[in-house]
Amino acid sequence: MAKKRYPDLRQIVLLVVLAAFLTVPLFGELFYTRLFTRIMIYAIVALSLDLILGYGGMVSFGHAAFFGLGAYTVGILAQHGVQTAFVAWPAAIVGSALVAVVIGAISLRTSGVYFIMITLAFAQMLYYFFFSLEEYGGSDGMPLVSRNTVAGLIDPGDHNSFYYLVLVIMLLTLLVSRRMVQSRFGMVIQGVRENERRMRALGFATFRYKLVCFVISAAIAGFAGALIANQTLYISPAFMHWTRSGDILVMVILGGLGSLFGPMLGALFLLLAEEVLAGFTEHWMILLGPLLIIVVVFARRGIYGLLAGAKDVD
Amino acid sequence: MDPILIFIQGLNGLQLGVMLFLMAAGLTLVFGVMNLINLAHGSLYMLGAYLAATFQQRTGSFLLAVLLAIPLTILIGMLIEVIVLRALYDRDHLDQVLATFALILFFNELVRIVWGPQAYFMAAPALLSGYIRILPGVTYPLFRLAIIAVGLVVALLLYLLIAHTRLGMLIRAGATNREMVGALGVNIRLLYTLVFGLGAALAGLAGMMAGPILSVEVGMGESIIILTFVVIVIGGIGSIRGAFIASIAVGIADTFGRVLLPPALASMVIYVLMAAVLYWRPQGLFPAHG
Repeated sequence: MAKKRYPDLRQIVLLVVLAAFLTVPLFGELFYTRLFTRIMIYAIVALSLDLILGYGGMVSFGHAAFFGLGAYTVGILAQHGVQTAFVAWPAAIVGSALVAVVIGAISLRTSGVYFIMITLAFAQMLYYFFFSLEEYGGSDGMPLVSRNTVAGLIDPGDHNSFYYLVLVIMLLTLLVSRRMVQSRFGMVIQGVRENERRMRALGFATFRYKLVCFVISAAIAGFAGALIANQTLYISPAFMHWTRSGDILVMVILGGLGSLFGPMLGALFLLLAEEVLAGFTEHWMILLGPLLIIVVVFARRGIYGLLAGAKDVD
Repeated sequence: MDPILIFIQGLNGLQLGVMLFLMAAGLTLVFGVMNLINLAHGSLYMLGAYLAATFQQRTGSFLLAVLLAIPLTILIGMLIEVIVLRALYDRDHLDQVLATFALILFFNELVRIVWGPQAYFMAAPALLSGYIRILPGVTYPLFRLAIIAVGLVVALLLYLLIAHTRLGMLIRAGATNREMVGALGVNIRLLYTLVFGLGAALAGLAGMMAGPILSVEVGMGESIIILTFVVIVIGGIGSIRGAFIASIAVGIADTFGRVLLPPALASMVIYVLMAAVLYWRPQGLFPAHG
């Protein structure tokens, strides 16, 4: 593991992808700029789910709830005249985190399948809550009149500026998350995933560690939600639907659990595959379904695991 | 509240409850015996409804359509088990969720290709259409009563099957300790396929009976599968008895929630119920595993 002289396939792919992302707006095709902005936002969500799923072993089937909460925070604040990102985005982060404290404190009492289902239940509650919240669009959703302002520093209304803003946020999130999983906190979380009873016996308050991890993950998802509201300029309960949580899970598992970068690749792959397959046939899902099953059955560590080759599979 | 209204809504709740039970029984068995989370159980419900709707159009008879569609649904279920799910029994729940989620995408699209995007409407059989007087001055749709009756009969048959036959004994044993059953020389593979076929039959039957009261459309499986998961989690995974009690409870809670509460709260009632049950009993009401 330790003595690698040459960059391995993963590092090469990472650099190529990064370079590609840096150059997308230079082609001047609005369609691609918007597509890749969306991909980066979903990459952030996938990464946030990987923190609890890949590192903490907590299979949340309701992650889209926090994504949607972030989006609704921005939308509701905008409707009440708050346009600046310096208020709206922190509010989205804090709002998602606070809700996650409540949901996490109850859900983390259970484990395994019960945890999957209780997170799903909470996400459904929030979905129906916003679905019937007529003041803010109800089932139709609500439009966002314009993107949040960043105190005149840059113009997010310009697609290229917004693209690079999202890119910087994505890279910062990745860096901070990497530091976090390598820190003492991250080690404890991974220890809990491997054997919670042993960690408790070592004297760690495992419940608190798991809850903090859950809340951090939700906060990042909320941030991504704020970004997607700015990207689509439209907020609807569909952001919180359970199939959206399923999509995010697919990205993480497809990309490779517990690698941070893998789930981001998963988001890239899934959304690109949608675009490409949709170009061939309107019934592209009939191709995507079996493709996913093949990945699950034959590539157990996801795309990232494939890139690593056999040597790192333990 | 008017006692007659309570009575009528109680019947509606019971009707939703037995439908949920048909779904939940199969799902909880598959989960209990094979330890498999099958999100695609709703697809079997949808396929059952579409097959029955097609046969009804061709033959003109609801009963004949059901009799033709059930074996086909069982066949499709067993094919899914043999081709895809068998590879997933040893995997963790995460892989199963992903693969069966992919199956949903596949079957939804398949149905859209074969039957087109528009919804189908099934007519209730002539014998069972119309209303019946259940109390002086109170009428109730006959077909819904028939659903309740069929559901209760199936529940009884299932109880007899599980509690008093050799197959049922193996299923119970499998839900308690799979490895031991295999070690004792039972053909586990065949048992799994049979259990899956049984679950498919029940899901298909539920879909066929839902046809005349709801519309037959793509996505009908997803709306019920989530409810079904709520039911089996409340009841305790792997427990048929738990599934029955939880189905009726969820059916009644949901129905009365819609009558008594504003819509925002009504849709949330069952999820609140589930979160509350899991808070007090993290393994559900009747956990089947030790």
